[in-house]
Amino acid sequence: MGEIGDILAKYDVLAAFGMTVYLTVFSAVGALLLGTVLAIMRVSPVGVLRSLGAFYVNTVRNTPLTLILVFCSLGVFFILQLNLEPASSPTFLRDNAIRWAIVGLAAYHAAFVCEALRSGVNTVPAGQAEAARSIGLTFGQSLREVILPQAFRGAIAPLGSVLIALTKNTTVASIVSVSEASALMKVIIENETAGTAVFLVFAIGFVVLTLPVGMLFTTLSRRLAVKR
Amino acid sequence: MSEPLVVLERVNKHFGDLHVLRDIDLTVGRGEVVVLIGPSGSGKSTLCRTINRLETIESGSITVDGKALPEEGKELAALRADVGMVFQSFNLFAHKTILENVTLGPVKVRGTKKADAEKRAMELLERVGVAHQAEKYPAQLSGGQQQRVAIARSLAMDPKVMLFDEPTSALDPEMINEVLDVMVELARSGMTMIVVTHEMGFARKAANRVVFLSDGQVVEEGTPEEFFTNARSERARDFLGKILTH
Repeated sequence: MGEIGDILAKYDVLAAFGMTVYLTVFSAVGALLLGTVLAIMRVSPVGVLRSLGAFYVNTVRNTPLTLILVFCSLGVFFILQLNLEPASSPTFLRDNAIRWAIVGLAAYHAAFVCEALRSGVNTVPAGQAEAARSIGLTFGQSLREVILPQAFRGAIAPLGSVLIALTKNTTVASIVSVSEASALMKVIIENETAGTAVFLVFAIGFVVLTLPVGMLFTTLSRRLAVKR
Repeated sequence: MSEPLVVLERVNKHFGDLHVLRDIDLTVGRGEVVVLIGPSGSGKSTLCRTINRLETIESGSITVDGKALPEEGKELAALRADVGMVFQSFNLFAHKTILENVTLGPVKVRGTKKADAEKRAMELLERVGVAHQAEKYPAQLSGGQQQRVAIARSLAMDPKVMLFDEPTSALDPEMINEVLDVMVELARSGMTMIVVTHEMGFARKAANRVVFLSDGQVVEEGTPEEFFTNARSERARDFLGKILTH
């Protein structure tokens, strides 16, 4: 086990996992916001919005994440020159890579958040919406006050799965030169040896990140479940 | 009859091939209590739900207090605020407390201050006898209590008319009377009510008029006494025979 100690001493594993957490947190917030908008579109009474929402979900969900991140990096950043950090900045390349990776991760996982929420909406009986409308709430108010709060609670468990998948999917960002955990792992394998120790350090790192998330969401889904 | 409040004229509706409402004409006066009765599938619940446009109609017209039912949108929401609705399955907001269930409409729709809405809500909960449960969630209450809360929730909007869609059909027998008592009290206070129910005790005690529907048509109407003791139409006598023989 001395090997593990060597790796930890020689390389900044913590900083690499810090980047993983950074990517996860910001992508998760973005995915949750965009996914909620998409879910509202998909349950709205307006046909055009429903179709647009369904089109987004079916397109993005069925495109490999690698392609989406490469598109964000090569396509949008390098070719279309859309910068999320001004070219004058000393960390121009690094910041653009990170920010576009977050955009790509959020856009991709929003499709899954949307579907998780939509399954949550399906756990809300139709009578709840009828009662909301019958006391004079508008469509927007019914969603905000009655449907979505219950839908979120019904969707907590699937949302937890999306968040865990997102945490692990941040490793794809290494291909667009974001130095998160898996990027460092490749560096270590390159410099040292592809031993069990390297594998263990990173596997345990991800388990440490995702296991509590899973347990938290399971507890929450039980605690917040709407009693009927 | 008093001044008309709810007027339906030649209302028609289909569910696919099924003609559920056929040329329905119905006028309900202010302060009147009308019971809709009829066999399963006769269209009575659908009729009740068209009055606040939870069901759309294909032809004919429905007016509430002289105003035609608006299309979807803000205006329709405003109309629904004035038309109370009590459902067979209560439909209390499952994630909100009893008190929040009753104050949601006044605060969000009427713009009432939260403190005022809560004060009024407690008065209404007192009136229907569940004030001591105000901090609980719907699932913690019995069916009869939930339905009485649902009535209080509707009343909090100060509706012009209240619709009851089989309000006691999902209740255990021992809880039916506690709900009916509240409804009778409401009827005596002068509330305009349209009630889909098979509770003849309620109809006799509180209704001004019984309307009998069969196959989507109004077959017969009259006072509860006339209707239950001396129905004119064959279909009504046949229906009453089936529900009265036990």
